[in-house]
Amino acid sequence: MKAIVCVKQVPDTQGKVAVKPDGTMDRSKMATITNPDDLNALEAALKLKDETGCEVVVVTMGPPPAEGMLRELMARGADRGVLVSGREFGGSDTFATSQILAAAVNKIGVGPEDVVFCGRQAIDGDTAQVGPQIAEKLHLPQVTYAANIKKEGNTLTVKRMLEDGYMTLKVNTPCLITCIKELNEPRYMSIPGIYSCYAKPLEVYDYEALKDDPLIETDTIGLKGSPTNVYKSFSPPVKGAGMMVESVGQLVGILNDKHLI
Amino acid sequence: MDFTLSKEQQMAQKMYREFAENEVKPLAKMVDAEEYFPKETVAKMGKLGMMGIYFPQEVGGSGGDVLSYAMAVEEMSRVCGTTGVVLSAHTSLCAAPIFENGTPDQKAKYLPKLCSGEWLGAFGLTEPGAGTDAQGQQTRAKEVGDNWVLNGSKIFITNAGFADVFIIIAVTDEVLDKRGRKQKLCSAFIVERTDPGFKVGKPEDKMGIRGSSTCELIMEDCTIPKDRLLGVRGKGFQLAMATLDGGRIGIAAQALGIAEGALDETVAYVKERKQFGRAIAAFQNTQFELAEMKARVDAAKYLVYAAAMKKQQAMNGAKVRYSVEAAEAKLIASRTASDVTRRCVQLFGGYGYTRDYPIERMMRDAKITEIYEGTSEVQMMVISGAMLK
Repeated sequence: MKAIVCVKQVPDTQGKVAVKPDGTMDRSKMATITNPDDLNALEAALKLKDETGCEVVVVTMGPPPAEGMLRELMARGADRGVLVSGREFGGSDTFATSQILAAAVNKIGVGPEDVVFCGRQAIDGDTAQVGPQIAEKLHLPQVTYAANIKKEGNTLTVKRMLEDGYMTLKVNTPCLITCIKELNEPRYMSIPGIYSCYAKPLEVYDYEALKDDPLIETDTIGLKGSPTNVYKSFSPPVKGAGMMVESVGQLVGILNDKHLI
Repeated sequence: MDFTLSKEQQMAQKMYREFAENEVKPLAKMVDAEEYFPKETVAKMGKLGMMGIYFPQEVGGSGGDVLSYAMAVEEMSRVCGTTGVVLSAHTSLCAAPIFENGTPDQKAKYLPKLCSGEWLGAFGLTEPGAGTDAQGQQTRAKEVGDNWVLNGSKIFITNAGFADVFIIIAVTDEVLDKRGRKQKLCSAFIVERTDPGFKVGKPEDKMGIRGSSTCELIMEDCTIPKDRLLGVRGKGFQLAMATLDGGRIGIAAQALGIAEGALDETVAYVKERKQFGRAIAAFQNTQFELAEMKARVDAAKYLVYAAAMKKQQAMNGAKVRYSVEAAEAKLIASRTASDVTRRCVQLFGGYGYTRDYPIERMMRDAKITEIYEGTSEVQMMVISGAMLK
């Protein structure tokens, strides 16, 4: 049995946004972190490992430096990593990304007892589309917005947190779950984990490795396979510090002084 | 000298910072104000492998390195001096001498539990009448049948109130030196908290590191089995001095962390605090103070890291000593910590003197680093001793 966790390296929201001339983001120039919801997905997988001893595989699509993130996730307890990386994959939107990730997950192999975990959404695009799209393309049942997961045999009982309430449902493995921050508290990297993570296996899947999968066609991946067109990316202008007023009278006074009323 | 951190060290530093920010910093004020020993934090550190960072995984350690350990003490001390010294005393003064001098049985019995944080460690050398002065030692250990029986007391023992395992130095033999004068020979022992005749006395009421548990130890016919002798009989004082060489790297890292933490707080404060219509960061006095403090802190940092890397060479089997490097690191880092925290309080002005801000706590915490595990004067004796040999 194994848990496959799909993760994404995203720009650190503390840092600045760099934009390429074509309007897309220049990720190589930006500080990065692991997408926060994906850490909840990893934690869910590691909890399953604590209970059942299952294998935890982390998979990401990104440029070669994304290996650093995978190693950190192995330092938290993942057993091995898969880095999906190739020029052909560059510029993918959510549709193309999920084609590629689904092919990668296929190559890792989803057994009858396996669970695929994703974060709910990435803090850069905020689409929440890739997880559900992977499930559709792999013909796996999906449960989104998981706030609690219990496993008994091949059945998971998942509590979904929705805007106006909860929904609890049961799903059989294999399945795909998208996780929210309320699900758990991600663990820290451990020191033995840090000092052994570079000895753990890491595979790189390039275009050659995935091209035989029916999901991978030149017009389903990369910029060419992406129906989304980015019009413009930019850093929102910095606003000056506001001013707290203590009464309506004070506010009216200020507006009056500026001849606005 | 190359100070580039390895990938693992960079990762560990990131983890220490996250842990310190989320788990240690929120408790620091309470730990100081209520003299609260942060035992929950110790348990968390144990679970993450922080209580045995540089020991190999075969003996229960985390398989890290000495610099990574020093950085852990540094990062904890940056937000809480108490947490830093709990980690340092446990690792350097208890687990390290067992790892370096223990028999295979002693290592197997003590190291896994010390490294996992299940057991906390402490070290007892100082007595009311003797610290670094070997001949002043009064605690005695006598062989009685299959046991050692210890009598005497130790003072100022860090971690004492919560420790399970203690390294105790006691006089076991007396010989005549070349001129016919009596010479005391010490030995080191592993004493467990539950051993008969062993008692932990009252905690000290201290100026700083107030959450750290500092107590007296009393041994009245404290009886322990023969196999608790650590290292060679009669060589206990040398063992203690070698242990303190390692300990000083930990304390130097603590001092470094306290100084860096004070600078973190001060940089944030001077940007906020306004006087004469401007943030005080805009005044050149503030800028020059900050610049000089930063340069001094970085200088101390290189000494601390160099000492840690030298100890690592010794751990790797090289025949090198690091007493002088450790003494230099502690002398300069502790002096820097005291100096920097005092100047930071000055930049805070009246607010810095209140307990609403952490800066006065950092100034109080800094002072001890010039005193324990050998005062600054002792460090200068070590350094000049090597120069004038």
